[in-house]
Amino acid sequence: MKIRVERDGLADAVAWVARSLPSRPPVPVLGGVLLDAESDDSLTVSGFDYEVSAQVGVPATIADGGRALVSGRLLADITKALPNHPVEIAVDGARMMISCGSARFSLPTMPVEDYPALPSMPQLIGELPGEVFGEAVGQVAVAAGKDDTLPMLTGVRVEIGEGKLTLVATDRFRLAMREFPWEPDASLGEVAVLVPARTLGDAAKTLGSSGGKVEMSLAANDGLLGLSGSGKRTTTRLLDADFPKYRQLLPTEHSAAAIIEVDTLVQAIKRVSLVAERGTQVRLEFVDGGLRLSAGGDDEGSAEEELPVEYTGDAVTIAFNPGYLLDGLGAVRTPRVHLSFTTPSRPALLKPVDEDGNVAPGYLYLLMPVRLPG
Amino acid sequence: MGRSANLPRGLRDRFRARDGVWPDDTGCRMLHVDMDAFYASVEIRERPELASVPVVVGGVSGRGVVCSANYLAREYGVRSAMPTAHARRLIPNAVYLPPQFDLYQEVSRGVMAIFRDITPLVEPLSLDEAFLDVGGALRRLGLTPGGVGELIRSRVFADHGVTCSVGVAPTKFLAKLASGMCKPDGMMVVPSSSSTLEFLHPLPVSALWGVGAKTAARLEELGLETVGDVAATPLPRLRRMIGVALAEHLFALAKGVDERAVVPTSREKSIGAEETFEVDHYDRAVLRRELLRLSERSAGSLRSKGLHGRTISIKVRFSDFTTITRSRTLPVPTDVTQEVYRTAVELLDTQVPPGAVRLIGVRIEGLDNADSAQQLIFDAPERGWREAEQAADQARSRFGSLAVRPASLLRDSPERTAEPEPKPE
Repeated sequence: MKIRVERDGLADAVAWVARSLPSRPPVPVLGGVLLDAESDDSLTVSGFDYEVSAQVGVPATIADGGRALVSGRLLADITKALPNHPVEIAVDGARMMISCGSARFSLPTMPVEDYPALPSMPQLIGELPGEVFGEAVGQVAVAAGKDDTLPMLTGVRVEIGEGKLTLVATDRFRLAMREFPWEPDASLGEVAVLVPARTLGDAAKTLGSSGGKVEMSLAANDGLLGLSGSGKRTTTRLLDADFPKYRQLLPTEHSAAAIIEVDTLVQAIKRVSLVAERGTQVRLEFVDGGLRLSAGGDDEGSAEEELPVEYTGDAVTIAFNPGYLLDGLGAVRTPRVHLSFTTPSRPALLKPVDEDGNVAPGYLYLLMPVRLPG
Repeated sequence: MGRSANLPRGLRDRFRARDGVWPDDTGCRMLHVDMDAFYASVEIRERPELASVPVVVGGVSGRGVVCSANYLAREYGVRSAMPTAHARRLIPNAVYLPPQFDLYQEVSRGVMAIFRDITPLVEPLSLDEAFLDVGGALRRLGLTPGGVGELIRSRVFADHGVTCSVGVAPTKFLAKLASGMCKPDGMMVVPSSSSTLEFLHPLPVSALWGVGAKTAARLEELGLETVGDVAATPLPRLRRMIGVALAEHLFALAKGVDERAVVPTSREKSIGAEETFEVDHYDRAVLRRELLRLSERSAGSLRSKGLHGRTISIKVRFSDFTTITRSRTLPVPTDVTQEVYRTAVELLDTQVPPGAVRLIGVRIEGLDNADSAQQLIFDAPERGWREAEQAADQARSRFGSLAVRPASLLRDSPERTAEPEPKPE
């Protein structure tokens, strides 16, 4: 193999593929990145660890075709650090030479024969506007669980229904749900799958940020989801776990609601929660026309701050974990938020508010309160 | 307090209460009450015919240790925590009894209730000892601290048939020293005056709180044999000799200074239970069943104290005595047996290599009051394990600890040697 490729394109491609590689691969080849220069004018960079695959093409001048497998981490670190010159890659026996400007690297290669074949893309089910999809996944994945001992909570549930796509995630302390209209190409009927949140978040962000379309492919029975766009494609295994039955738990009515400036509230929460021991809780005391935020107590120090809000309902004090509340405020993506609840021990809802002061449909962030003693 | 054996005799006689007479107890608000050979005394109360023979309470199986021995047995050198096998060699003809913790707990609760009748400032240290601050109760009772001590002693004996020893002093440290020096069935008053130091200074350095065998040896090497020697050493020199923290601590104690107050409910840092098997076990099914039993014991104890904990840890000791502990922190604290058990089993299955296991234990850490602020869960069932276990707790409190148990614990496993004997009629 002997090829020449632009530094930036190569660095981006390798960085993206290496991102999904396991940090401690069970066998060394699964920590590798496969460089494939079999075609005429393109280098294909791929990675696969049996869970997630990623593949991207980079324009290249190919003098001598071939394939080679090298450590993904190392190659990513090297390409990121290369000067801005064309990169020449050549494989000689068991070593890969990389030269760029005055820099030279020689890396050991791993046996290509031992590398698993990437899964082929499942059946295409439709195209999504990249930006909308990227934002939607970001709004939802924030509520997914990070604890691997409860696998069903580490995923984003993707529901494909009549004319709409629904994304949901929950770690049982909060639940985020985003819905938007979508007509898949293939007629699937109603399908719901559970996709690892981290992988989906990464893929949607990368594919969405390039501004084009994102193609979704699905083989629900084989447990495989594929996403592609802008020359990149990725597949991930679906989680084989039951997502909590959440629909009947979503509150359908509320007895109190406030419309609050997100930025003002975020700043105030960050200030008062400085005294919240181990970030446990901030108290929100709603009275007519105002909100008093407070945290802490006699032992650890205390803080309070008042903000004007539009509030309808009886005076009430409700407490939340400040981290979870900030996550929700960051996810509504509008300058003002609608916060509604019934009692201090029942779920509260955060929803985006449009310019006219009305609740914007399509997104909700449900947050369980912290029950105060006594 | 085995240490009292090597104390100057005249000292003990001078401060000990005798025939209703004791030294000046003005300002002695701290009482340390220590039950005499508690478990053994309770057993003897149940079977008075044992009063005249040596009695040893402890694990009676091959690897058990002594929990308690009456004073007749102690004359042969039997001590707490000694392997029972060793005690058997010292006195083969003593009566050996397995412990009945439920019974001791019941007596202990009764005794602590007597203390709380006298003052709310009761700090239990274990089942069989407690500090009391009686400063605020004297006027109401119309007694001096020594009088309160005698009142406690007579009430404990009258109501529960066991004896205790009471140390009366101006500080906790001195009160504890005093109770140890008047055992059994005695009271000692350390006056709050110049005679405090007359009591304290002749004592060996090992009497100081915080001085174990190693520190004692180190102090003696430096020529400091008595508490008086420590008090007479200039503090800067003492700091250089044994380090700043220890020097300041011991210097203060040696001067009779101890600022610690009685803290009514000493909050526990962790609650756990462990079991040494009769024979080593490889079988994971046996280990899991033991984890369930230990989880039940620890979580039940949490619930009875109104606490919950966030970190679950297990401890496994293999036959070669290598010991590992593994822990997991839960997203929200729990007091539910099933959650503790599930986490413990997961730790066993994923973190513990196979091998012959000698001891296994469960511990719950990161404790907090169960009624403190609590992050609520979205899909928590209205009624779940927690409620089932609370109902079982109630049944057990009325009908005894065996009234309700997990079904998998019904079949007695061979290692259940600490099982209470049937009570004698």
